[in-house]
Amino acid sequence: MIAEFGQISLILALVLAVLLGTLPLWGAYRRNDTLMNLAPSLVVGHFVFTLAAFVSLATLFLRHDFTVINVATNSNLLLPWYYRISATWGSHEGSLLLWILMLAGWMLAVAVFSRKVLPKVFLTRVLSVMGLISIGFLLFTILTSNPFDRILPGPIDGQDLNPLLQDPGMIFHPPLLYMGYVGFAVAFGFAIAGLLGGRIERDWVRWSRPWTLMAWAFLTGGITLGSWWAYYELGWGGWWFWDPVENASFIPWLLGTALIHSQAVTEKRGAFPAWTVLLAIAAFSTSLLGTFLVRSGVLTSVHAFATDPERGVFILGFMAVVTGAALLLYALRAPRIMTGKGFDFVSRESALLLNNVFFAVSAGMVLLGTLYPLIIDFMGWGQISVGPPYFSAMFILLMTPIVMLLPLGPFTRWGRDELKRIMAPLLISLIVAIVAGMAIAAYLGAFNLRAVTGWIGGIWLIMGALSYFWRQKQQSRFMLPRGQLGMVMAHAGVGVFIIGVGMVESMTYERDVRFGAGDTLEVAGYRFHLEEIASVKGPNWIADEGRFTVFRGDREIARMQPQKRLYHRGQQVMTQVALRPGFTHDLYIAMGEPLRDGTGDWSIRVHIKPFVRWIWGGAFLLALGGLLAASDRRYWRQQRAESREGAMAEGAQPA
Amino acid sequence: MIRMLVPLLVFVGLLVLLLISLPTAEQRRQVASPLIGREVPNFTLPSLHEPGVQYSTTDLRGQPFLLNVWGSWCFSCRVEHPYITRLGEEAGIPLVGFNWRDERDDALTWLNRFGDAWTFHMVDEEGRAAIDLGVYGAPETFLIDHRGVIRHKHIGPVDQAIFDDLMRRINDLRQEAGV
Amino acid sequence: MTPTRKKRLAVVGLLVLGVSTATAIALVALNDNVRFSIGPSEIVAGDYPEGRQLRLGGLVAAGSVSRDPASLAVTFQVTDCIHEIPVTFNGILPDLFREGQGVIAHGSLAPDGVFHAHEVLARHDETYMPPEVERAMALAGSGLVCGEPLEDHLATVRGETR
Repeated sequence: MIAEFGQISLILALVLAVLLGTLPLWGAYRRNDTLMNLAPSLVVGHFVFTLAAFVSLATLFLRHDFTVINVATNSNLLLPWYYRISATWGSHEGSLLLWILMLAGWMLAVAVFSRKVLPKVFLTRVLSVMGLISIGFLLFTILTSNPFDRILPGPIDGQDLNPLLQDPGMIFHPPLLYMGYVGFAVAFGFAIAGLLGGRIERDWVRWSRPWTLMAWAFLTGGITLGSWWAYYELGWGGWWFWDPVENASFIPWLLGTALIHSQAVTEKRGAFPAWTVLLAIAAFSTSLLGTFLVRSGVLTSVHAFATDPERGVFILGFMAVVTGAALLLYALRAPRIMTGKGFDFVSRESALLLNNVFFAVSAGMVLLGTLYPLIIDFMGWGQISVGPPYFSAMFILLMTPIVMLLPLGPFTRWGRDELKRIMAPLLISLIVAIVAGMAIAAYLGAFNLRAVTGWIGGIWLIMGALSYFWRQKQQSRFMLPRGQLGMVMAHAGVGVFIIGVGMVESMTYERDVRFGAGDTLEVAGYRFHLEEIASVKGPNWIADEGRFTVFRGDREIARMQPQKRLYHRGQQVMTQVALRPGFTHDLYIAMGEPLRDGTGDWSIRVHIKPFVRWIWGGAFLLALGGLLAASDRRYWRQQRAESREGAMAEGAQPA
Repeated sequence: MIRMLVPLLVFVGLLVLLLISLPTAEQRRQVASPLIGREVPNFTLPSLHEPGVQYSTTDLRGQPFLLNVWGSWCFSCRVEHPYITRLGEEAGIPLVGFNWRDERDDALTWLNRFGDAWTFHMVDEEGRAAIDLGVYGAPETFLIDHRGVIRHKHIGPVDQAIFDDLMRRINDLRQEAGV
Repeated sequence: MTPTRKKRLAVVGLLVLGVSTATAIALVALNDNVRFSIGPSEIVAGDYPEGRQLRLGGLVAAGSVSRDPASLAVTFQVTDCIHEIPVTFNGILPDLFREGQGVIAHGSLAPDGVFHAHEVLARHDETYMPPEVERAMALAGSGLVCGEPLEDHLATVRGETR
């Protein structure tokens, strides 16, 4: 019954999405109040039914209803309740449902929080456009990937959820990531609504900024969590692999980063509005592209869902309609939208333009590397894969100028400025960064190019952000607005991140060692002693467990128990890493394999990862900065404040 | 105006590339087995129901037969089960179960619960014979002619379309064999 | 031309220059960093780009895995059921590395015909077969059973279990 209830809810949500995508949009076109007033209630209904479908699926998982195919393939009787809940979005079908729920949630949030700020016509357009997107996803789910399909009679017990996904990080990673992906649908909705209205104005950008910032912050958090999960769960000790699926989430992030910066220019100065609109379209379209790549099977990846080209055709068609229509509208309307004031070569506008160029080009490079195998295959030049060195090399090349110039940005004035004036307050930071960076790297025994540049770059960014904060604080008796605070925090976060990357990439100690019971490995002042290898049993797995005692000098500092787990059902093997996290370095032990030569020895992977936590710490600051900026009161003030500024009249002509 | 069309053109190019890549993805999934057109490898395996009895692939020479790879742990096998049952009832040729990497008790429980339309089952507990057969995963269904040559192989669960296709092929083989 | 237009033109010019430089560098970097997917038969036929990173796909020949007793060095044969290529690797093999299962090895081919892998990836689960492996198997075409060593091995295994 529950499955049927979920199914019906899903269909009702589709009906409401169709109504939402058509009637209010027509109403906005004809300026018909009755039709426009339908939008908020339709949004609420759409959310309620989507939520009902999602809760139904979760309930089916909790109640072990194996007559539902999705439950039978992704859960079993031994699975603990919290993983049964996360299994709801562990499969392709369930994750789509989560995606739709997120979209419905964002729509509801826009309807509620922007109701007082946005003109009704505009809000209606935004909601309708998002309703149209929801139609596509609901159709996709119902037609090709129904999570409520039954099989009768059902099996006695289900298959297991992939053990890699049985992990706390995996409970939160997909929801955060989807919050980000889907959040860009809001920015997309605003952009399309703006184009439909025939004019792009500063106030349009101001209304969409907090939503974009929030989506971007969630995406940052989701990617960070994914990286952290891969680090301890895959057992390879890496934090980023340039895998197609990772790239699929990274491209929208890069474009989103460009977007939040270009929105700042368009809001404050009215400059490059067309570009801002284009970025909003691109950020959401690449989110769709990522969905396509992950689920269609055109690219292979260790993370990919069970793929199905038929689904690929559907998503591709959907993408063609959504992005194609958006870009067509852009081509028709963009030439007519306003342009802002001119600006000098040295100016805030130029600085942000530079930022945009670098981020957009980076996104292009990642996209090129990800799709290159398809191009080569298409040309008939053989089958290839692109190695991580390509991505790393391109990235270092493109991000170095960004890091060098970033602290200058906030100090630069709009319109026109002089380099000498900008550099003056930063000179101390620069000197401190160079001296301290080299000193710290030397002190840590890491006097190599990567670590030194990492430290200098990182300190330069942190100092730059702090000195901006200091100067603003001196100039004003009030607390800095949250938008500024968020920016300072995010920019400093980039610095923390860079220090982490520089150290991890140059100073990681990494060895695969042969270990028997009683063996000892001495490295970097630590002594790893393997007491024994024991057999242990968990709720739905058995494992070989290495019992290590770690000494620093003569003092015992940790006991570490890495495991090699065997999950019964699917007979799947999984490596459970033992970690001792630390502020300056992590100790990391992973079981390799039994060496089956009669000795009972195992191959064991021992890593010491310096400053690896800083990578995620920095990224966390970025996300937090984004959220803080999104909460700036400026964005949530009512309309009368808008009109008082008189910005609307400037250069804008109604279509 | 022209300038504003650039993004659309780039996107259309991307779309074409992805569209062309889709059939390739399909092809990758349905690679022709290197075994097709070759004689079925000769191996002897114990029976599922009577562990003392041994079956061999040569036992069925002289008539076409189906060989279906399954395991009680394999969910897709459960999905294709209704069609496999129909094959057992309607095909008019032997349907051999190839019980792959399974526990005997689990397999018997599974058959009791869902029904057993197979002619007999051979057990490949270790999965060694499956290597000879070139088994990628379960379920897989092989169609073998009266001379013992593998004529067709389907990877993945059998559905209505695959069932119809198999029935057509089976009838051809039956005529060929004069059965 | 007004000064602002001139400046804007300069900015646009710089941008175009920058983007095209980046693209050129990217294409060079791409060329240096691609790995070519091949199978054992292609190596034997000499049909592969020399001096490039390769991505060798195939099955681990049964009975071919041998370990060095003192270190983590391991050698095994990768087969497409027609030809076998010896592979050496030093390190930890993936969880799903098994004899008779599909693998992908990243590395390069030494002049003595041994493939030196610096990374070995295994088939992910029961239903996933890396396309390279499938392709290698398909390319090899018509081999019925994998080569003699495998047959021998299978015979002994069956003898033992019976």
